[in-house]
Amino acid sequence: MRGFGKYTIWVYSGMALVFLMIPIVYTIIFSFNDARRTNIIWRGFTLDNWLNVCAAQDVCRAFGNSILIAVVATFIATVLGTMIAIALVRYRFRFRNTTTLLIFLPLTTPEVVLGAGLAAQFLQAGVPKGLGTVIIAHALFCISFVIVTVRARVASLDPALEEAGRDLYGSPQQVFWRITFPLLLPGIIAAALLSFALSFDDFIITNFNRGAEVTFPSFVYTAAARGIPPEANVIASAVFLLAILFVLVSQFTAAARRRRLAKL
Amino acid sequence: MAFSAFTPTEQKADASIQKRSPVALLLLLPGVIFLVLFFVTPLLSLLLTSLQEPVPGGFFGEYRQALRWENYVFVLETYGTQTLRSFGYAALASLFALLIGFPLAYFIGITLRRFPLLQALCLVLVIAPFFISFLLRTLAWKQIFAIEGPVAGFFSMIGILGPGQSITGTAFSVVFGLTYNFIPFMTLPIYATLERLDLRLVEAGGDLYASPATTFRTVTLPLAAPGVISGTLLTFIPASGDYINASRDFLGSTETAMIGTVIEANFLVLQNYPAAAALSIVLMAVILVLVGIYVKRSGTEDLL
Repeated sequence: MRGFGKYTIWVYSGMALVFLMIPIVYTIIFSFNDARRTNIIWRGFTLDNWLNVCAAQDVCRAFGNSILIAVVATFIATVLGTMIAIALVRYRFRFRNTTTLLIFLPLTTPEVVLGAGLAAQFLQAGVPKGLGTVIIAHALFCISFVIVTVRARVASLDPALEEAGRDLYGSPQQVFWRITFPLLLPGIIAAALLSFALSFDDFIITNFNRGAEVTFPSFVYTAAARGIPPEANVIASAVFLLAILFVLVSQFTAAARRRRLAKL
Repeated sequence: MAFSAFTPTEQKADASIQKRSPVALLLLLPGVIFLVLFFVTPLLSLLLTSLQEPVPGGFFGEYRQALRWENYVFVLETYGTQTLRSFGYAALASLFALLIGFPLAYFIGITLRRFPLLQALCLVLVIAPFFISFLLRTLAWKQIFAIEGPVAGFFSMIGILGPGQSITGTAFSVVFGLTYNFIPFMTLPIYATLERLDLRLVEAGGDLYASPATTFRTVTLPLAAPGVISGTLLTFIPASGDYINASRDFLGSTETAMIGTVIEANFLVLQNYPAAAALSIVLMAVILVLVGIYVKRSGTEDLL
């Protein structure tokens, strides 16, 4: 890679990063487009879309559904996933390899297979599709991601800290809730955010299990044929800006902390 | 991060923390039951559905359990092209994502080590596409490529595009979209392995009079292999099952239909559940074989 010349990699990577940003910038710019139903051609700058997001009512309802689904599915996946992650690192048990495989396989299963499988099962069991089936489907594909994320955190915990708690006569419950859990919390929060993002943006699995319910991605998919209202761009841009702000703040505080520690 | 899902994580090899206890069962049971109910049994019900036959004289979309293996022959004959096309597109997209993602990961993980703040910023830029709707960013490309758009204008000026031809709706635009959408999935696991690569090993290569190219090939690349493998899996698997990029309303046309497209159409529109299920099983089987080979060759005993 060094033989390429010193600055080639800077230029190449810079271009790759610009390439990654193009559709994001495009989506944000077109949230300010003075368009009515179809947001394809630039018709001038306006703030109306941002000020009256719910003017396109169906967009807002879809957004509300997506938030509701993401919150509940994230809660289920985070609780169940964290429990499994702790058990995997801390305990020995029979069928360990089978359990690992059971967690690993959903990560390697294409979404369309997960979606069709659940839909086939709901069909056979006579369960009507709706928000409930979507929540189950989302919790399912998030759970493995939660386990992988939290597990890394459990594995990197210093056992000496918990030993110290036990040496000071802390009961197992006290040691867990006062020492282990607070130390795991950053990992659990990261896992929950990841699940929230995955659930919020999922389309394929949702499409197989939503019935007549509309989520934000499924709204965009259906509207793509006849034109997306600019309000959809507003919602996507707002979600993006919030998430980026959050990530930037946490990244930079972490980098600054590393730098401070490095100077010590 | 979850992107190291396919690379072995270094665990604190402290056997003393691992013990047998009934607590383990309490911790595992709820999640395992959930996974069995909503992952294992759905796969079984796909398998059962794939062997169903229409009820004679029944309603549209009415099937009964049978052992109709001909369903598989039917779907492979009818949708063989779409199936092969999916794996072809996914392989191309993985290759292009690797060509863009590897240098990018190298840049962030190794070149930028001396600039922690810039490194953090670039990492944020790589994950940024995750935070904006997958569908909207794919549509953005469609509109950028549109006939009256600047890209199409340039392409027809240099003669690649004939009059009346468009960029969207072609194999090119679908592979382009897949590549774009999965670059972060390729870059992040490679970054994760390169970021903790010990540079003294690379220096040692130079000290032993290896050319930079030889050092790269014999030292850096093998050390980055776990990241490349997990990145390829994380790109290839979702790309082969994707049907958004290939959809007519996005970057594709009827000529670019992939296996996901026909699974969706058979399940949700034609209500031909057995065909949709048989195609899903075919897709799953191919992925499992690939994952099996990868896991075996890379010797990843610890899967997660």
